[in-house]
Amino acid sequence: MSVAHDNVQLAAPPATPRRRASLLERGLPALLGALGIVGALFAWQIFSEIGPVDPHFLPPPSDVLPQFFQNLGYADFWTATGYTLRAWLLGLVISTLGAIVLGVIIGSSDFLRQATHSTIEFLRPIPSVALIPLAALLYGPVLKAELLIVAFACFWIVLVQVLYGVADVDKVATDTAHTMHLSYLQRVRYLVFPTLLPYLVTGIRLAATVALILSIGVELIVGTPGLGQKVALAQINDATPSMYALILTSGVLGMLVNGLMGLLERRLLFWHASVRGGVKS
Amino acid sequence: MSERQDVRLSVSQVQKVYRRDGREFEAVRSLTFDLHEGEFACLVGPSGSGKTTLLKCIAGLMQPTSGTVVLDGKKVNGPAKGMAVVFQEYGRSLYPWLTVEGNIELPLKVAKLSKAERRARVDEALTSVGLENARKSYPWQLSGGMQQRVAIARAVATHPSVLLMDEPFAAVDAQTRADLEDLVRAVWKRHNMTILFVTHDIDESVYLAERVLVLSSSPTVVQDDLAIDLPAERDQLETRSMPRFTELRAHVYGQVQIAKTNKGGATSAQQTSTV
Amino acid sequence: MKLLKRFLYFVGLPALLIVLWWATSRNGTSFFVPKPGPLVHAFRTVWLGDGFHKDVVPSLTRLAAGLIISIALGIGLGVVIGSVDWVRWLLGPLLEFLRAVPSTILIPVLLLVIGINDAMKVTVIVLGCIWPVLLNTVKGVASIDEVQLSTGEVYGLRGLDRLRYLVLPAASPQIFAGIRQSLAVGLVLMVTSEMFAATEGIGYATINFQNQVAIPEMWSGIVLLGLIGVALSVLFQLVQRRVLGWYEGLKESANV
Repeated sequence: MSVAHDNVQLAAPPATPRRRASLLERGLPALLGALGIVGALFAWQIFSEIGPVDPHFLPPPSDVLPQFFQNLGYADFWTATGYTLRAWLLGLVISTLGAIVLGVIIGSSDFLRQATHSTIEFLRPIPSVALIPLAALLYGPVLKAELLIVAFACFWIVLVQVLYGVADVDKVATDTAHTMHLSYLQRVRYLVFPTLLPYLVTGIRLAATVALILSIGVELIVGTPGLGQKVALAQINDATPSMYALILTSGVLGMLVNGLMGLLERRLLFWHASVRGGVKS
Repeated sequence: MSERQDVRLSVSQVQKVYRRDGREFEAVRSLTFDLHEGEFACLVGPSGSGKTTLLKCIAGLMQPTSGTVVLDGKKVNGPAKGMAVVFQEYGRSLYPWLTVEGNIELPLKVAKLSKAERRARVDEALTSVGLENARKSYPWQLSGGMQQRVAIARAVATHPSVLLMDEPFAAVDAQTRADLEDLVRAVWKRHNMTILFVTHDIDESVYLAERVLVLSSSPTVVQDDLAIDLPAERDQLETRSMPRFTELRAHVYGQVQIAKTNKGGATSAQQTSTV
Repeated sequence: MKLLKRFLYFVGLPALLIVLWWATSRNGTSFFVPKPGPLVHAFRTVWLGDGFHKDVVPSLTRLAAGLIISIALGIGLGVVIGSVDWVRWLLGPLLEFLRAVPSTILIPVLLLVIGINDAMKVTVIVLGCIWPVLLNTVKGVASIDEVQLSTGEVYGLRGLDRLRYLVLPAASPQIFAGIRQSLAVGLVLMVTSEMFAATEGIGYATINFQNQVAIPEMWSGIVLLGLIGVALSVLFQLVQRRVLGWYEGLKESANV
């Protein structure tokens, strides 16, 4: 594992700070970043007023932002957000659990790994949205339809990472575990799982983004309740500021998801790195 | 010090001050020395004596705070044509996406040499370092010592006025190191090059060079400038067992010991030693 | 012998699954699962006949256009943003936000602003696919090894030479990781935008079959989309193996 980790650094080492930044230099990026956001809002405002697009279709932020904050006071806005997040989370959890169990089983056996390889490689790139018609036909506009699509897509993403992780378990460590007479479950618990963890977290992080895209996609097309359905409704009702406000909301949601995953990754990988350091020394 | 006409590299009163968190740190105080055509000089000093900083200033990778570096009569502002560098980190200095041949050829391509000329120079450089058979390999397929030889070949192929080497053998094992030392001597003679070689290894500096410059601890000055009068043909066993080698080595060792406590300017006058 | 074994491993499970499908659907009890025969027939008549020009070609063209624009723009902007500190600081938070917007939600808006046409679908694909390429390029360019950079400086690599021989190859492992993510997202957006609002295309046709409850036809669309996904992935791996061969070798050599 440590070697695999080093390799990544060989070609792409983390940007080492050339020198320790002064207080001013540390504050500057944040300041510029804020300036970037404000500048973008300004550009949007001006483009909306004098640009080639009809301001009705592209309302300025001075119309959209109030709508965005108003939304926060509406119960049905929160209900819709809740529906989307519920589908997102359930889909992610179901697929992750399924992928861990199957991945560990398949990964621990050479025979299973080789026998399933071609099938997995074939099923993995299938765009899960292709199954939307089937989901709509089977379940109609309900949570189940959304879950089918989200879980199908996330399952493959996480499974592949789990398989990478299991394959990465150190051979010497496996032999050691055998000499210590650890049972299969003990080996999974103390050997496979810790090696697997960083891969798993990567998988979940990738899947989390895709899951959000898909939940909203299904809501748009099948009409399951959620933010996607609300946007589709706003479009039909020609309520453009409301539409843009919902898009801002989805962006904030996406940022939260990314932040959460980043946090999860940092915590778990920090733990992982410290354990590894301890074992090595 | 006599005025000679064939000065290749002239370093005068180079000073480097870093600013960190508003505080100043003087890494190099005042360095002055000339390097002449065909000279092989080693810079040796205790760790933390600003060797790498100095080398970066000379190579034009870093602007000195004051003072000048002149190469072939032209002031160095940024990496100069005619200067080649061999870095300590051979694994990172060679581009892993290019073959050995591609790595050596790249600076020549950039310099817009003709295809035939490039080909000739690559062949010549590969022969110099004895890697004719590895030209189509990738650097990561080679051992550390071989990788460093590729880096040397790349530098040699540019026909540099001055070749700078920054602790190039610090990361290879002892046997490979001895081989590489002899290789550098051979390349130096064959191409009649001017070399400035930075090392923290006293034995290496005496064995390799015709002249050793001992640096003080930082803020750095040149503490001692010593001519190495060993015979031109050097041999790992024979040369290293000569009494003269031992004397020179002892002298440099003594100077480095002084250097460890001697921070810039304690002996303000630059000393030119004869032992 | 070894080759035979590998072949058996390769076809074993897929063959088993197909036989299982054929056996279970033979009695025709399940309404939702088509039999192999009718499915193959539907596939041939729907997609290899008129549908090829009417639906398949437009879909693939839009996908290709969207992906090519995303990759070109993503790498181009990524190199600039990654090389200049202040540009990166200025745009960093904004890009993080834009990337976080789940791209499917933009479909209704673009429908409104651009209309039901090719430009809208290509725009959707670009707005979804550019971020992985862009952000990975930025990361790759900003984290190029310092010794590699110094070496380039010493040997006079400047301007386009620097880009071609140093920056792009050094960042290429990250760029490819970004492209890989983009391919998947691009296919999702192509299908979703066609299912949401279109007059032709594979996604449009497939959702139409669902509305008409034409089960084998609908399934044939699903299969076609799956095949396109697989083809895209194979193509990507071929290109990656060519371009990133050195990187694989580097990783392996470091593993020994």
